[in-house]
Amino acid sequence: MLEITNLHASIEDEEKEILKGINLRVGAGEVHAIMGPNGSGKSTLASILAGRDGYEITQGSINFEGDDLLEMDPDERAREGLFLAFQYPVELPGVNMSTFLRHAVNSVREHRGQDELSAVDFLKLMKEKAGLVHLDPSLKSRAVNEGFSGGEKKRSEIFQLAMLEPKLAVLDETDSGLDIDALRIVSDGVNQLRSPERSFVVITHYQRLLDYITPDFVHVLVDGRIVKSGGKDLALKLEELGYDWIKEDAVVA
Amino acid sequence: MSDRNSIESRLLQEWESRAGSAMNGRLHDSRAEAIKRFRDAGIPALRSEAWKYTPIRRILDRMPTLDIDPEGINTDGLDLGASTIEGLDAYRVVLVDGRFQADLSDVTGLPKGARILDLRESSSDEDVVRHLDGTGTEARDAFAELNSAFVQDGVAILVDAGVIVPRPILIQQIVTAQKPSLVQPRLLGVFGRNSQARLVEVCSTAGQAEVLTNAFSEFHTATGAVIDHVRLIDEHAGAVHINNLRSYQEGGSNFSTNVITVSAGTVRNQSYFLPDGEHCETHLSGFYLAQDGAHIDNHTLVDHAKPECYSNELFKGILENKSVGVFNGKVLVRQDAQKINAYQSNKSVVLDDTSRMYSKPELEIYADDVRCSHGATTGELDKDALFYLQARGIRQDAARLMLLEAFASDVLDRIKEEPVRAHVDQLIRSRLSRN
Repeated sequence: MLEITNLHASIEDEEKEILKGINLRVGAGEVHAIMGPNGSGKSTLASILAGRDGYEITQGSINFEGDDLLEMDPDERAREGLFLAFQYPVELPGVNMSTFLRHAVNSVREHRGQDELSAVDFLKLMKEKAGLVHLDPSLKSRAVNEGFSGGEKKRSEIFQLAMLEPKLAVLDETDSGLDIDALRIVSDGVNQLRSPERSFVVITHYQRLLDYITPDFVHVLVDGRIVKSGGKDLALKLEELGYDWIKEDAVVA
Repeated sequence: MSDRNSIESRLLQEWESRAGSAMNGRLHDSRAEAIKRFRDAGIPALRSEAWKYTPIRRILDRMPTLDIDPEGINTDGLDLGASTIEGLDAYRVVLVDGRFQADLSDVTGLPKGARILDLRESSSDEDVVRHLDGTGTEARDAFAELNSAFVQDGVAILVDAGVIVPRPILIQQIVTAQKPSLVQPRLLGVFGRNSQARLVEVCSTAGQAEVLTNAFSEFHTATGAVIDHVRLIDEHAGAVHINNLRSYQEGGSNFSTNVITVSAGTVRNQSYFLPDGEHCETHLSGFYLAQDGAHIDNHTLVDHAKPECYSNELFKGILENKSVGVFNGKVLVRQDAQKINAYQSNKSVVLDDTSRMYSKPELEIYADDVRCSHGATTGELDKDALFYLQARGIRQDAARLMLLEAFASDVLDRIKEEPVRAHVDQLIRSRLSRN
C-alpha cells in the first residue's frame, strides 16, 4: 500500500532537515500509529504525504500502490485514494458543505470510473455517513468548518473520510483538543471504517487515542527518525515512561 | 486652461454651437449653469486627490478625438442577447448610444401612476425638468456637470406615491458606436412616498471603437419608498465609463444599490448617497472583477446629515493580470447626525503580482453618539484553503474557482432578483474559468 524509503526532507529555503531518513511500510488493512514528542516531524510527515507546498524532499521515495506519490499533485493523491484528516481543518466561509463534498466525491468517483452520484443518492450517502460520527444533518447547508466547534471539526474530518472511502487515511493528531466523548465518537467512526482494504496511519502525541483505535504497529518518531517500532504494547510503555527512555535508547543505539 | 484641441475646449465649443438651438427655455438655463460649473471645475488634473489612482486626464488625452454627438444610430441587426437576462420578467427599456429606443422597449402593463419616459421627448414635462438639475452641492463633479450641460438622452422613471411597480425594470444600455464617441445617458428616477420599484441596469458595448460613456443617474426616493437598484457594467477593453450616481433619500426610505463591474476597460463608479431625513436605510454594495489590464475604480460617499439613519457598505473584488482596482469610500457623519449606524467594508483578492489594489476607507465623524466601523483587506488567495480542497480530490482550477465564488458570494447575495443573481454568477464563473 505505502512504502516510504529513506525519506529526507526540509522546509523549503531552510537548511534544517526535519525528516532524516524515514522508513515505513504499511500493508493493506493495517493500522500504524506514529507517536513522538513535539517537533519530531510527525506533522511534517503527514503534510508531505498529502502533498502540501513548502517542503523539499532531499532524498528518498514514497511509493503508493505502485506509483511514485511525490510525482502527484495533492488532488491527484486524493483521487488515487489517499486521505488526510487535518490537525487544523480550514474554515471556508461561503463554501457550502454539500456543494464542496459533492464535488469532492464526484471527482474521486470519476477517477475510479464510477458514475456521478445523483443529488438524491448523494444526500442519502451524506446522511448515512454523518450518522457515523453523530454529525447534525443540518451541517450540509452550512459553510465548510465555519463556526464549527473543535470537536465538530474533527468529526467532520472523519465524516469526509467516510464519504471519500480512501485506501489510506492519515489522521494527523485527530485526537488533539477532544474531550473524552468526542474522542469516543471519532474513534468509533474510525473503527467502523476499518476494513481489510483500507489502511490507516494514525499520528498522535498521546497514547489515549490508541485505547480506542487499536493499532497493529506502533512507531516512535524522534528527531526525524523512526527510532523504535513495535506492537500496541509499545504505546503503553511510552505512556508510562515518556519519550525520554527512547531518546536515550536511540542515542545508545 | 488646456490647449484648443483638448477634449475640454472641444466640449465647450460644441456646447456654444448648440446653445439656444435644440434646447428649450427652462432646461437651457440649468444647462448653461452646468457648463459654467464644468468649465470652472475642469477635467480633474493629475494631482487631484480624488482621481489619484485613475488619472482621468491622461486617460482621456490618450483617446482619439471623440465624436461628441454620434449620429445615425442603426439598430438593425443589433444583438441584445448579451445584455438580456434569462428568466427575468421585466419591463424593458433599451438605450442605444444613450438614446431611448421605443421600438425595442416594452413597458406595457405598468401600473397607473408609474411612467417610463424617453428623456428626449420629455423636456417639457414638469416632473422631469424639476428634477434634472442635480441638487446636492457636496456632490458637484465635473463629469456630472458635463452630463447635465448636454442632457438630452436617457430615461425617466416616475412613480407616484403609493404605487408598487410589480415587475423589475430592466434598462439595457448598449453602446454601438463604430467610431470613437462620447455617449452621455441620463437616468432619472423619482419615487413618491411609499412607492416601490426595482431597477436592473445592464451596460454593454457592441462595437470595438474607443468610447467614453459619461453616465449620470439620479434617484429621488421619498418617505417610505423602497427602491432596489442593480447596475452591471460589462464593456470591452476600449471603453471608458464614468458612472455618476446620486441618491437623495427622504426620511424613512430604503435605497439599495449594487454595482457589479466586470468590464475589460476603464470604469469609474462614483456614487453619492444623501440620506436627508431620519430613519433612512442605505445599502450600497459592489463587486469588481478586473482582468487583463482592466481598471476599476469605486468611489463612494455616504453623507449622513440627519440622525437615526443606517448605512451598510460592502465592496469586494478580484484582480488579475495587470489590472488595477481602486476603492475610496467615505462616510461622513455631520454634527447633528446622532444615532447613526454606518458600516463599511472593502475586501479584495489580488491573484498575481502584476495587479494592484488601492483601498482607501475614510470615516469622518463629527457627531458623538454614533456606531461606525470600517475595514479593508487585500490579500492573495488563501493557500491553506486551496490545499484543503485539493486534499479532497478537487482539481486546482476547480478549487480556485470554488474559493473565489465563495469570496464573492456575500456581496452577490445582496442581489435580490434570482435571475439577475444567476446571470451574474454565470458571467463571473465564465470569466474566472476561461484560463
